[in-house]
Amino acid sequence: MNKFYHTLKTLFLLGWSIFVVFPFLWALSTSFKDANAITSGATYIPWVDFEPSTQGWTSLFTNGSQGINIVGPFIDSAAVTLIASLVSLILGTLAAYGLSRFEYRLGFVKNADITFFFISQRIMPPIVLAIPFFLMLKELGALDTIFGLVLVYVALLLPIAVWVMTDFFAGIPKELDEMAMTDGCSPIGAFFRVILPNSVPGLVVAGMFCLIFGWNDFFFAFTLTFTETQLLPVSIVSLNSSVTPWWSLSAFALISVAPLALVAIVVERYMSRGTMSGAIR
Amino acid sequence: MLSSKHFFLLPALLTLVAIILFPLLFTVRVSFSSWDVFQSGLDFIGGSNYVRVFADDRFWQSLQRLSLLSIISVSLQYTLGFALALAVWKQVRGGRLLRVLFLIPMMTTPVVMSVIWRTVFHESLGPVNDILSAFGVGPVPWLSSATGAFISVLIVEVWQWTPFMFLLLLAGLVSLPKEPYLAAAIDGAGTWRTFWQVTFPLMAPITIGALIIRLIEASKIMDTVYVLTSGGPGTATETSSYYIYIRGLRDFQIGYSAALSLVYLVIMIISLTIIAKLLLRTLVGKDE
Repeated sequence: MNKFYHTLKTLFLLGWSIFVVFPFLWALSTSFKDANAITSGATYIPWVDFEPSTQGWTSLFTNGSQGINIVGPFIDSAAVTLIASLVSLILGTLAAYGLSRFEYRLGFVKNADITFFFISQRIMPPIVLAIPFFLMLKELGALDTIFGLVLVYVALLLPIAVWVMTDFFAGIPKELDEMAMTDGCSPIGAFFRVILPNSVPGLVVAGMFCLIFGWNDFFFAFTLTFTETQLLPVSIVSLNSSVTPWWSLSAFALISVAPLALVAIVVERYMSRGTMSGAIR
Repeated sequence: MLSSKHFFLLPALLTLVAIILFPLLFTVRVSFSSWDVFQSGLDFIGGSNYVRVFADDRFWQSLQRLSLLSIISVSLQYTLGFALALAVWKQVRGGRLLRVLFLIPMMTTPVVMSVIWRTVFHESLGPVNDILSAFGVGPVPWLSSATGAFISVLIVEVWQWTPFMFLLLLAGLVSLPKEPYLAAAIDGAGTWRTFWQVTFPLMAPITIGALIIRLIEASKIMDTVYVLTSGGPGTATETSSYYIYIRGLRDFQIGYSAALSLVYLVIMIISLTIIAKLLLRTLVGKDE
């Protein structure tokens, strides 16, 4: 590897790293500012450029006119994401296993078509479903509730779980099931006793993707909830359109994205081991 | 046997059919009605909503804009993501840290980051214009000019989703076989030739998959636009989803927006299928 190429690579990696961290560092710095440090133009480094203040962070845990409560939205977001991910993962894993081991036939519809039906749901623009979802949840009395959102998010996440797990099960040899069944397991028993314990890497990858897409969705939460149930992305957008100061917005944003930034560590581990390649094709 | 096989598939299948298929059929029905603020309910007005869609310039312009935005942003994401994946592929020192760092943007909520980006691009108080002014570049109207707003959306999209390309492509690189590289080394092929003759062809299936997944996701873009520019200035960054949202949930023209969204869906399916076929033909050299 020649020197020129090496320098170019280092510069590229450095440049990209700066680009990636820049908005986070800016938000972190802004979250400790007060009005003076913002209205006089861009400032960067606390103590050097401005005197730090913690009002951005304390305002998130204060109720009333001065405060913005982040705890409620955080709990709602966590509840909806976790429940929907778990349900999708259970249903999706079962379906993916079925599709990889048995033959289904419904007229001209076969396994490949059913798999395609699941995965193709990702192509559906949210806006196509927003209005019927709204009317459907209204009919069920589930507008503005956690239950209603979970229902919608399951539809959103199930295709992801099926997609990742179908590929994963395709990589597990069928002999494993057959061995379990000759040992006296029923098909369902074989799945739970033998296949499932061997599927942890696939489940982790599928679970991660469900968490990412669930936690980060904005549109459905935005159209289907109002005041009773409020998720983080919706709260921050409504704060953004009112006169909320930048320091509170920044602190709020950092807390909202922190949990999933940690997920990156887990994803990296699986990616580097090559466990992920099966999940991609 | 019969019951256990259905035990696996049916719960998921029925759930999805109930949650997706019925609403979709309902949308089809609504698109033939004049449901709006004044008249709520399902009457039947034939295909006049569809006739209106075809004469709606604002919709077709939003579609053009969306195509331009998706194609440019996905190409950039792919090129940068591939370059990053190659750069850290064999990086040992600090490799782990860089990989985690490069993945982080895709884990963050687009609307939440857009709120931050809005302050970053702020014309008088934001850091971008402040830094640019140090180089003598005058205040750039990031969010208030048509071109500036388009480029801002592009930058945010590239920041957010290059990691996704990086993830898929690096996972692909990690699982490549070793033999072709030995053969290339014996042939005395340099870095550049090895890439084009060995790595790139081996990565073709993953390339196709990654491009299609990203194009699908990019075709739905609306969160970022909503927060960053609200489609503006004027309609300069209005994408199809956002326009349909305005018609449906803001103007409450339910019937008309249902027709719009179905036309949009059909166009998306057709164009993505064509793109997928073209990619397969050029990169793998076969159909299907």
